[in-house]
Amino acid sequence: MYTQALNASQSDELTGEDAAKISRFEARVAAEERIEANDWMPAAYRKTLTRQISQHAHSEIVGMLPEGNWLTRAPTLRRKAALLAKVQDECGHGLYLYAAAETLGTSREELVDQMLSGKAKYSSIFNYPTLTWADIGTIGWLVDGAAIMNQIPLCRCSYGPYARAMIRVCKEESFHQRQGYEIMVTLSRGTPEQKAMAQGALDRWWWPCLMMFGPPDQQSQHGDQSTRWKIKRFSNDDLRQKFIDATVPQARYLDLKIPDDNLRWNEATGHWDYGDIDWQEFNNVLAGNGPCNRDRLAARRKAHDEGAWVREAALAYAEKQKRKTTAAA
Amino acid sequence: MTVQNISLWEVFIRSRNGLAHKHVGSLHAADAALALRAARDIYTRRGEGLSIWVVPSNAIIASDPADKEMLFEPAMSKIYRHPTFYDVPDEVGHM
Ligand SMILES: [Fe+2]
Ligand SMILES: [Fe+2]
Repeated sequence: MYTQALNASQSDELTGEDAAKISRFEARVAAEERIEANDWMPAAYRKTLTRQISQHAHSEIVGMLPEGNWLTRAPTLRRKAALLAKVQDECGHGLYLYAAAETLGTSREELVDQMLSGKAKYSSIFNYPTLTWADIGTIGWLVDGAAIMNQIPLCRCSYGPYARAMIRVCKEESFHQRQGYEIMVTLSRGTPEQKAMAQGALDRWWWPCLMMFGPPDQQSQHGDQSTRWKIKRFSNDDLRQKFIDATVPQARYLDLKIPDDNLRWNEATGHWDYGDIDWQEFNNVLAGNGPCNRDRLAARRKAHDEGAWVREAALAYAEKQKRKTTAAA
Repeated sequence: MTVQNISLWEVFIRSRNGLAHKHVGSLHAADAALALRAARDIYTRRGEGLSIWVVPSNAIIASDPADKEMLFEPAMSKIYRHPTFYDVPDEVGHM
């Protein structure tokens, strides 16, 4: 099962990659067969997936921080219970994904270290601050909405453990988006101040949400190979367009304005045309210079360090119990 | 970092409808009691099950994918193991 991959990975490298194995692998992928942890796979496939799945896991974990910021300040008990449940789900998503990534042969400890050292990336969106309660509504509605667009095709990813993790995740995401939209409905029907707060949050989150889908197709580095390997089913731009088309009517219903003067319905294409995305900002945030990059990493490191004694104590206790059982036997 | 890796467990859950325990995923925990608790939190937040098994991952013996043909091919040709292989006259009705 899942751990054997930890042993299997080494022999892969030793045997090298002969053409026959590669073509058999590609034929299986083309036939929509799922690749499992113990199956032979090209080293580049393993590497791409390890990077993608672990980044996805890091995003779920870091993603708890901007929302956790409002847990103690939720306006009602109902909202607080919902937000707490959502943040717990995100933690669960991170754990499912680390488990899926580990089947490829890198331990969770190693993956977490890569994130804490700043070597591994997580989604740029979590480097923006949550300034008002409306940000919590907007995150559920748009950030989780964008994540769902991205994740539904991943349920059919060629790598079995990743696809299965995504099926669990997608089942849980729908509540996240709906609770966010409900917050937005309440605020946009509320006092003028509440409505302005909702508009302000949409103004700040709209463009960063569009950036979540990644660079435009001409610039995307991992596109082609990932598509051939059926890791990726739709291009960045296709998913972004799908998200915009789905979101525009939802914003209308809220009577909120999407902050893009070039947003226009295109009769010919049947899609919404939209303005230019500031890729300079995106690259800046990825490079570590977003509004919250330093805070997020510092918070993760602090939590990791302050939890060290718990991990040590649990291991020491398990060791002691083991010795007792052996002594008694 | 010197902290040793916390061991891996496979989680199996019996759903409400009384079916067999089914593999749902894996998790890390220092011992069996913590593994059970973590399984509850990670895999049953929405009433997914009524019973949990946790098994140390390294206790599972798996078949080798390379042996797939040797193990499973012999069953493929034995179509006489299926009810549809046998002809029962229509007059007899459902059987
Ligand atoms: Fe999530
Ligand atoms: Fe979510």
